[in-house]
Amino acid sequence: MKYLLANLVLLASFLSHNGTLKEIDKGYGIGDYATDFSLPDINGKKVSLADFKDAKGYLVIFTCNTCPYSIAYEDRIIALDKKYKTKGVPVIAINPNDPDLQPADDVQHMKKRAMEKGFTFPYLVDEKQEIFPQYGATKTPHVYLLEKTKNGNVVRYIGTIDDNYSDASSVKTRYVENAVDAMLSGEEIPLTTTRAIGCSIKSRK
Amino acid sequence: MIRSVLLLCILVLAGCDFKEREKATSANSEFVETELAPADSLGIPVYKFDELEPLLNKKDDKIYIINFWATWCAPCIKELPYFEKINREGEAHNWKVILVSLDMPSMWKTKLIPFIKNKNLKAEVVVLDDPDQNSWIPKIDKDWSGAIPATLIYSRNKRKFYEQTFTYDMLNKELQEFQN
Repeated sequence: MKYLLANLVLLASFLSHNGTLKEIDKGYGIGDYATDFSLPDINGKKVSLADFKDAKGYLVIFTCNTCPYSIAYEDRIIALDKKYKTKGVPVIAINPNDPDLQPADDVQHMKKRAMEKGFTFPYLVDEKQEIFPQYGATKTPHVYLLEKTKNGNVVRYIGTIDDNYSDASSVKTRYVENAVDAMLSGEEIPLTTTRAIGCSIKSRK
Repeated sequence: MIRSVLLLCILVLAGCDFKEREKATSANSEFVETELAPADSLGIPVYKFDELEPLLNKKDDKIYIINFWATWCAPCIKELPYFEKINREGEAHNWKVILVSLDMPSMWKTKLIPFIKNKNLKAEVVVLDDPDQNSWIPKIDKDWSGAIPATLIYSRNKRKFYEQTFTYDMLNKELQEFQN
């Protein structure tokens, strides 16, 4: 049985390696294992998920300096990090935009923005634009909640932060907080995927 | 004299070329010749999703091209002239473009209205202001992630959604499919 299972896993990985580009482009679904990465932060230091030894999970958030939705959510992203870092679920922000196409998303501007706002979390550069397509991020901001398990980091939630970008005080449902709370208490996540308007990720590919 | 005025006009117009003006939202100084008195009210409809929905489900003989955009969205601004051109050609082909702006309320008077005037947009513009986006995005298309630009093309018996940017030729090609 174990042998069969191992073979199935092998077959699955073989198939995924040979899958068409289109399938890969779709990115992760709920329950998929998310890739780790080694991406430079605003000071050039490489950061990986594996660096966070005590983490129970991660809030990987694709975001940037320029998108009005990203800006509208900056304070709430900081608040998420402050609230959940101590509970073992830190925010890892990744800027996926190509600075040649969006100059104000280059690392200098990232540095400036992180300083001005007092980002409490790593703000990484998807230099080769290889990570966001694997996750399937299409826009900023785009949140992926991962749960660390012994077999890898499992995608538990994909979507937006809450149900009102324009006014934090009018929010009725905090999708991300609900998802993290449920994950941490071992309960079923009430809503695993949500959608919101965002800025398309700037890529030449 | 007349010739030089004409030449000046052409030069000024050429300066307004959309293609050179991807970051069109801020700098308006080149548009003096089309500067109009500031609108004291918006002058365009602002909808919640249930008010927009009828525009996405008309049952007449036209083909509707619904483009979701915003003044802050550079790729949207880049493709807007193609939608304008398609709209101009719409009478002959029985189609119509509706531009659904997702600009935020703070940008309506400062960015959106000046943009519409400066670019002299002829296609119908409506604003969609409905923050509970997760409730309505799947109703527009089940696969739309929410990234803009995005476009819906529909007729009475065909419907297609595109989470992508368009060129004029691509739009034309799609519309030909709708006409067949």
